Amino acid sequence: MADAPREVWITGIGIVSCLGEGDEAHWQGFAEGRIKIDAERFAPYLVHPLAPLDLDKQIPKKGDQRQMEPWQRIGTYAAGLALAGAGVKGNAELLARTDMIVAAGGGERDVAVDAAILTNKPKSANPEAFLNERLMSDLRPTLFLAQLSNLLAGNISIVHGVTGSSRTFMGEEAAGVDAVRVALARIEAGQSELALVGGSHNGEREDLLLLYDAGGHMLHAPFQPVWERRSGMVLGSLGAFLVLEARGHAEARNAKPLARLARVLSERSARPPGAVSAALTRMWQTLTPHGARAGMAVISGATGAQPATNEERAWLKSLAEVPVRATGSRVGHGLEPQFSMNIALATLALGREKLFPPADSSGVEREYEGPLERVAVTAVGHWRGEGMALVEAVT
Amino acid sequence: MAAAGGNNGRPVVVVTGMGVITSLGAGKAENWTKLTAGESGIHRITRFPNEGLKTTIAGSVDFVPVEPFCSTELGERMATMVAEEAIGESGIGSKSDFPGPLFLAVAPVEIEWPHRDVLAAGSGANDTVGYGDLWRASASGRFRAIHERCQFASVAEHLAERFGTKGSPISVSTACSSGASAIQLGVEAIRRGEADAALCIGTDGSVNAESLIRFSLLSALSTANDPPQAAAKPFSKNRDGFVMAEGAAALVLESYAAATARGAKILGVLAGCGEMADSFHRTRSSPDGKAIIGCIRNAIADAGLTPDDIDYINPHGTGTPENDKMEYLGVSSVFGERARSIPISSNKSMVGHTLSAAGTVEAVFTLLTLQHQRLPPTINYKVPDPAIPLDVVPNTARDAKVRHALSNSFGFGGQNVSLLMSREPA
Repeated sequence: MADAPREVWITGIGIVSCLGEGDEAHWQGFAEGRIKIDAERFAPYLVHPLAPLDLDKQIPKKGDQRQMEPWQRIGTYAAGLALAGAGVKGNAELLARTDMIVAAGGGERDVAVDAAILTNKPKSANPEAFLNERLMSDLRPTLFLAQLSNLLAGNISIVHGVTGSSRTFMGEEAAGVDAVRVALARIEAGQSELALVGGSHNGEREDLLLLYDAGGHMLHAPFQPVWERRSGMVLGSLGAFLVLEARGHAEARNAKPLARLARVLSERSARPPGAVSAALTRMWQTLTPHGARAGMAVISGATGAQPATNEERAWLKSLAEVPVRATGSRVGHGLEPQFSMNIALATLALGREKLFPPADSSGVEREYEGPLERVAVTAVGHWRGEGMALVEAVT
Repeated sequence: MAAAGGNNGRPVVVVTGMGVITSLGAGKAENWTKLTAGESGIHRITRFPNEGLKTTIAGSVDFVPVEPFCSTELGERMATMVAEEAIGESGIGSKSDFPGPLFLAVAPVEIEWPHRDVLAAGSGANDTVGYGDLWRASASGRFRAIHERCQFASVAEHLAERFGTKGSPISVSTACSSGASAIQLGVEAIRRGEADAALCIGTDGSVNAESLIRFSLLSALSTANDPPQAAAKPFSKNRDGFVMAEGAAALVLESYAAATARGAKILGVLAGCGEMADSFHRTRSSPDGKAIIGCIRNAIADAGLTPDDIDYINPHGTGTPENDKMEYLGVSSVFGERARSIPISSNKSMVGHTLSAAGTVEAVFTLLTLQHQRLPPTINYKVPDPAIPLDVVPNTARDAKVRHALSNSFGFGGQNVSLLMSREPA
């Protein structure tokens, strides 16, 4: 028989988005109901653009900054905030034992090179040879290192010195869920004591808008909050990392718990009708076996993409009195880091013992002034993957 | 033979099924025959024109047709083939009902040039083409298949659906150690008691123009194009880079208890996994070899063994000047004087570097080495490097007694994973 799972605390969070960086900027932004949208740059698409960051604060070497593309800078910055918050940053002994799981997509393309090739290739006498020639002479050699999925983790190792282990999970929203799930399971089982987990996303990318709208998943202007949309996502630039730690390990170094990560579940199916609602119902029942809902809220990762969001909405109705907040309406949808972002926001809310106000007039989100002790975080991928976490206040 | 308890009282993880594809062919039998005959699968690239390229050779898998070519599609087809071979050998579960999770090492998925070409043509733009034009095409709803194909989750999703693996499938990338990471994740899940079995697959079908050019621009590839079969020269003084290649491999992992309970034939043991990230540089190892050394030591310790127990090393052995030098430093630091006498032979001399799949492909070859008690050679070993005094099993296979073998995988981004495989449970 395996031993009972060990208790796992969240001892650090690092978040960046359109609302700024860190705990206070996010709490203030959510409390004031700020929604920052750029409707011009990628029209007809909308984007929640990253707030300006003073990169030097977390990525001190200009050479490192230059070696990265935006998605890596966002993530490396957020990872630094999380490590600093947990009191791990700069502690070589702890960093050498810190296990890292990053959820990542791929990096930016050189859109000017792509466009020039697409324009001129059909006019060339030998299109395939033309492609070779242009790529050989126009691609920056180091761009590859900014595109490889695992090079966010690589940059975090280089900039912050995290070297215990390094794994990168790919696969959109589900990768973000499974990164946290596996990091938690490893600590619960004694395979790890201290973990850095999360991801980043640059939503301000022509190629991603192209990819997701090929599936019919992008909202075209005008902007609407998630639950009020007929269908479609608005991408956000997000970085979100968590430091997870075995309770005993945290206590031994006097690290304070921000919250307890009690459970993370994930599922997949080919999504026949009703499958998403059924998965959410199963996971909810596992997280709340006695049906206790007092002091509980849901922070939803709903994307706005359909039919996923409609199924989640239908399931949420079954929870009746439990207050709901979809963060995609505020900071946008960031795919891989959305789940860790929402766990971080749940942690912030639990620390302040109250939920932030709604951003919805459709009736899904309602005012809630009551106590807050536990938050269920949902993740329903725009195409595949369902997940749920339970985050609890440590009292 | 011992019990299910194993090292630290945790479940022992065994292998009950394997499948492999490389440029040498499909299946374990063909690969093993050619590997031990010292044959090379490296050849001239015919998939796309080689005009203007410094490197014109690869170990592409051309016998699995994909038209129009799509790297992710080829990766998925090869993964399907090796999974069928592995599951078939293990006899586990039933059709479309594999009783455990999927861990997949897969090359990062991206929109490829044929996709862009189709969207550009579909945009109706007639002079200049920009992303705004591509958006117009993609928003038309006529290219939904591109969305699904280019999701990072798509390969694992399709494999999970086909083979009925349980839970959310994990697609892992640790660059050129991805294949080993997929196995490590499976081992850990079984040790945690989450599952009695896991399907671990590595696959890579990346030989397209842009991917080849990316590595070429980093000066990572051999440019010794003639003859192609002689280009991959791991540990030789005249080594000049790796040869890009394609392939896939799959392992069915099970707890020893579960495997014996159903009377499965045990092909080998995944006795230990080691890992250590390097914080030195994006493409180079720390000059002191700290992370490589730590990674190898962690794998040996994880298996409850000592360096003296290791009889054979399946190295990362890419044939780049940097890798082989650093791997020698790592091996010689861990094994001391014994490093000169432990046989160490690079499969990449014959099949090239299968990138995201390499750790899985080489784990299967290491397990076949243990099974057959025969060491595949390092071919093209004509000019020994005096700075790397190792027994590389030069040019010709030979028999040997091998109980415990180590397989190393190192990747860009400071990724290092070592797997320790044994013939029988300790």
